[in-house]
Amino acid sequence: MDFNFTDEQTMVRDSLSRLVRENYDFDTRRAAIESESGWRPEIWAQLAELGLLGMPFSEADGGFGGGAIDSLIVMEEFGKGLVVEPFVPTVVCAGGFLKHAGTDAQKAEHIGGIVDGSRIYAFAYAEPRGRYDLADLETTAKRDGESYVLNGHKAVVIGAPWASHLIVTARTSGERRDRDGISVVVVDKSADGIVTRDYPTVDGRRASEVYFENVAVPADALIGEEGNALPLIELVADEAIAALSAEACGAMKVAHEMTVEYSRQRKQFGTPIGKFQVLQHRMVDMFTEYEQSVSMAYLATLRLGEDEHVRKLACAAAKVRIGQAAHHIGQEAIQIHGGMGMTDELAIGHYFKRLTVYDSEFGNVDHHMKRHVALSSS
Amino acid sequence: MNLEFSPEEQAFRNEVRAFIEENYPKQASADSLRDDMSAEELVAWHKILGEKGWSVPAWPEQYGGTGWTPTQRYIWGEENARVNAIMPLPFGVSMVGPVIYTFGNEAQKEQHLPGIRSGDVWWCQGYSEPGAGSDLASLKTTAVRDGDHYVINGQKTWTTLAQHADWGFFLCRTDPDAAKPQEGISFILVDMKTPGIEVRPIKLIDGGYEVNETWLTDVRVPVENLIGEENKGWTYAKFLLAHERSGIAGVARSKRGVEQLREIAKSEVLDGKPLMQDFDFARKVSQLEIDLAALEITELRTLAGEQAGRGPGPESSILKIKGTEIQQRLTELALEAVGHYGTPYYRAVADAGSNEYPIGPDYAQHSAGSYFNMRKTSIYGGSNEIQRNIITKMILGL
Repeated sequence: MDFNFTDEQTMVRDSLSRLVRENYDFDTRRAAIESESGWRPEIWAQLAELGLLGMPFSEADGGFGGGAIDSLIVMEEFGKGLVVEPFVPTVVCAGGFLKHAGTDAQKAEHIGGIVDGSRIYAFAYAEPRGRYDLADLETTAKRDGESYVLNGHKAVVIGAPWASHLIVTARTSGERRDRDGISVVVVDKSADGIVTRDYPTVDGRRASEVYFENVAVPADALIGEEGNALPLIELVADEAIAALSAEACGAMKVAHEMTVEYSRQRKQFGTPIGKFQVLQHRMVDMFTEYEQSVSMAYLATLRLGEDEHVRKLACAAAKVRIGQAAHHIGQEAIQIHGGMGMTDELAIGHYFKRLTVYDSEFGNVDHHMKRHVALSSS
Repeated sequence: MNLEFSPEEQAFRNEVRAFIEENYPKQASADSLRDDMSAEELVAWHKILGEKGWSVPAWPEQYGGTGWTPTQRYIWGEENARVNAIMPLPFGVSMVGPVIYTFGNEAQKEQHLPGIRSGDVWWCQGYSEPGAGSDLASLKTTAVRDGDHYVINGQKTWTTLAQHADWGFFLCRTDPDAAKPQEGISFILVDMKTPGIEVRPIKLIDGGYEVNETWLTDVRVPVENLIGEENKGWTYAKFLLAHERSGIAGVARSKRGVEQLREIAKSEVLDGKPLMQDFDFARKVSQLEIDLAALEITELRTLAGEQAGRGPGPESSILKIKGTEIQQRLTELALEAVGHYGTPYYRAVADAGSNEYPIGPDYAQHSAGSYFNMRKTSIYGGSNEIQRNIITKMILGL
């Protein structure tokens, strides 16, 4: 049993922490998310330079041979600075699909562009009527000779406006919600028949509704087995959950620290409000929630490589626990900041918004509670 | 970073598991804790461990500790929880023992440590008073120097299992004029057979007698029973409370409790189906299990910190708060699970005679009593509100 980070991991944390501190202050971030593109490609280039975009890939595949723990470290630092650049969709999700199921040709085609930062990916898994069920798909990919024809509508695809490529889950056979008949394809976003509607998200990122109308996709764009991709999708979704959970921990840590600091400065009734026991105990409860969340992010991360049942239980548990903590800490932070917490000019509101959205990514508290109950009885 | 136990730790687990299976007195289980259990039954395992040299694992080796790593001690706790062992009571092993070997003189160590290790001497704790609970430093019991003796007068309360105790450690006021209430307190060891001590049982809401009032009237105690310096007792008392908090999370026992709860809920029936298949109920069990998983990792992180030489700090207050909340919810859910059969007062039935036909399922018998009893956990050992005060001060710095 070991909860220490290696020297190399500590170095990654330190350099990333410096990058976020020096290049991602609140005002700079605010200007960037309000700009036309909504992100900063130069930050992406810096991440590529640090080698972070090649983290999950083996050295043989052109990467740096990192693992889930490295991803946890990166995401925690991103959470502290509310980094919007699409690390999870590109590196964790697209990277995960390629790493687990990519053919040699697919790896050769895609990994280089991820590692050097020239290609951005978005993961189109959600649908307007599918809610959080990864198998509830109306998007279809019909085999037609040497290609698939994609039709459907993918919802709230995070990072899609910046993406060059999309990873798409679609049904190659069977009925909505069948576990069988699901496949994954990677498509060039500029392919004929793809229409996107881009918009900002409430937490300062960008997303798209993506419409596929008779989009022809070559058969070699299929990642994994045709019709049998759900276990792969669930694995990648769990890896994304672990990464997002670490991000949420970083955001919760800062939200809590900001709140404690504010309570030291803000005076009412002639005394700093941090002297009031009713607020002190609430800030202690926030801290406790944060610590329990860190534990759950560790648990999810360290269980990713275990057998399916153990992995799923841990990730469901983490998503429940951290989802609850994210709501709790976000809401309490605003309350203790009082009226100032309601203003756009203070950073705390932006942490609250990011923590709110975390819950709905890859399934909210209720969804994962049901999953946990089902897994516990099986 | 990883959660695996090393091959050495696995081997250690196998060793202690085999020892427990071979040596644990089968009739004694925390499941069957009865009011009429004799002191001998309660310390049976302690004495076996004393002979094996495993009764005080956390102590420094020179005083009889095992030299186990924090991880090994964790494994030890888990393996004992598997059989629901009645562990050595904390008053000697994890409270006064560490105070004696840290602050006591050689004569005190020689006199007291062997009896704590062997389980031959039963200790009780004289801290709380009717007017001094969370505000412990306001205690009024006095110890007045009279030649070679202190003369102690006052009343202690919540003295757990003092009815069996051979010795007690008491906080007494030796300087009533000290500038701050914390500064005039001394830590004194008292032979419970000394004339002037009267122990009166307090009946608790679950019907059991586990705590007492302890009245002290002109109790003459030799001055060599003073620990450390006169008027410095508060320092030793705080040291002891920090020790009391570590291990208070009770993770291994709660894990076993969740398993038992699932078994109960599989036997109980709702809408013609096992209660465990009811989503509303299953959801509460899952929530409990998820919270317990978080607590377990938090405890392991604390242990890892300890192993790396960072002593149990104020984070142990988190373990106390979350651990006791989980213990309480566990008993609350068990009571909920048994439905109607949480209502009979089983102690009264047992008192009426043991030939009675049992009422309801066996597992229902302790459900209400345990629920009532476990409310104590968020009150004792520094109430959970006091723990929040500690975190406020030590971690938030407010």
